[in-house]
Amino acid sequence: MSKLIPTPGQTVGPFYGYALPFNKDNELLAPGSAGSIRLQGTVYDGAGDAIPDAILEIWQPDAEGKVVQRTGSLVRDGYTFTGWGRAAVGHSGVFTFTTVNPGPTEAGAAPFISVAVFARGLMNRLFTRIYLPENEEALAADPLLSSLDPERRSTLIARRDADGGLTWDLRLQGGNETVFLDFERVESASQ
Amino acid sequence: MLLDANAGHYQDDDELVPAAEPHAAHAPSDAAVETQADLSAEIEAIGEAYARALKDGAPPETQPRLDFAPYRSSILRHPTKSLHHADPETIELYSPAFGHQDVHALESDLTIQHNGEPQGERIIVQGKVLDGDGRPVAGQLVEIWQANAAGRYIHKRDQHPAPLDPNFTGVGRCITGPDGSYRFTTIKPGAYPWKNHLNAWRPAHIHFSMFGTDFTQRIVTQMYFPGDQLFPLDPIYQSIVDQDARDRLVAKYDHELTSPEWALGYNWDIVLSGSKRTWTENEAFGDAGDEE
Repeated sequence: MSKLIPTPGQTVGPFYGYALPFNKDNELLAPGSAGSIRLQGTVYDGAGDAIPDAILEIWQPDAEGKVVQRTGSLVRDGYTFTGWGRAAVGHSGVFTFTTVNPGPTEAGAAPFISVAVFARGLMNRLFTRIYLPENEEALAADPLLSSLDPERRSTLIARRDADGGLTWDLRLQGGNETVFLDFERVESASQ
Repeated sequence: MLLDANAGHYQDDDELVPAAEPHAAHAPSDAAVETQADLSAEIEAIGEAYARALKDGAPPETQPRLDFAPYRSSILRHPTKSLHHADPETIELYSPAFGHQDVHALESDLTIQHNGEPQGERIIVQGKVLDGDGRPVAGQLVEIWQANAAGRYIHKRDQHPAPLDPNFTGVGRCITGPDGSYRFTTIKPGAYPWKNHLNAWRPAHIHFSMFGTDFTQRIVTQMYFPGDQLFPLDPIYQSIVDQDARDRLVAKYDHELTSPEWALGYNWDIVLSGSKRTWTENEAFGDAGDEE
């Protein structure tokens, strides 16, 4: 099949706030329900300042590691886990999701949450991953993590909070810049 | 409570948005001392360097540059390290599923969300969402948002002195058909002034958000209208340095789509990056595959 050239992305701009957020957008599970955890973090710019106009999406398998293909993310019934959520950061740059710890999609694989990041001033969306901090063996064997030097690798691994939740900060630029992913390189190299 | 990006869940109460502050907002702010000529010179220099690189055999760029200083807000918000190559794994090879439980059919008509008709030029925007192999992306979510005919957004951060339209919110959604098609009825948005530099105006545009079959195909972009005189002046449009790539964001006027005495028609197809998944035949042809 002939390859078509992809349409370019553009910044999400400053005014997504009345369009993209929706009721319970960040609640993949009802807060307080069995197995639910809080995933939180702060989005920073290259000056180290928290930014108030970023919006994140997460997409993850369920606690058993199954990829869910169920509708209902936009009109949540409070019971159906769809695996996808969206959270705009608040004035202090903090985002919060209620979700479950993702399970490994294959035996021995390191579980992670896939993330897409959008912001005013960010020309195109960025992709990254949030790995759970447990299971050192799986993390060490992970193809992506093992291809990174230790300092950069740590930007993709969440901290476990005392209440069982996860904290993971995102840095768009700077010394501790989050690792962002490119899924296209191999394909374009083969053209 | 005001409509707010940060607090904000979608609300359609007309009263929530404060009136514009004509005098305060109209006066150029002290920060905006750079002129369009300053910015245009920067944009041109980047464009010329790109043209030279192309001539020397560099491959054409198809996406915006993350590091594009003429858009001032990007300076501290672009990664300085190159993106790290990863092979997409499991979850990344699928997308969330959306359906008619999520989106009502009427959400694709932005002109019927209030009691009266919105002001402005009624338009139909339709096209197809395709993946990099030309396969239609069926049953997926498309979201749009835009300014009204006067160039004003319903958002408290937009304070420029153009009127709000009590009959226009500027938000729509739809689910693509089996052939990847989408269709919105809306109002042509106005050009919109912003504070990147003195006398900065965005070309008229509609924000689009799309999902593919793989999460790695997720895209948010902007659709423009043909022939806009603001194209050469706009740092956001020009952040895509390749003219062919920029053209991919411009809809085509389609008189066949224009509806007599009702609405002008624009056509715009969106191509996502290639799917990395190994497709079964049923997946590849979706619902339409059953009929072929």
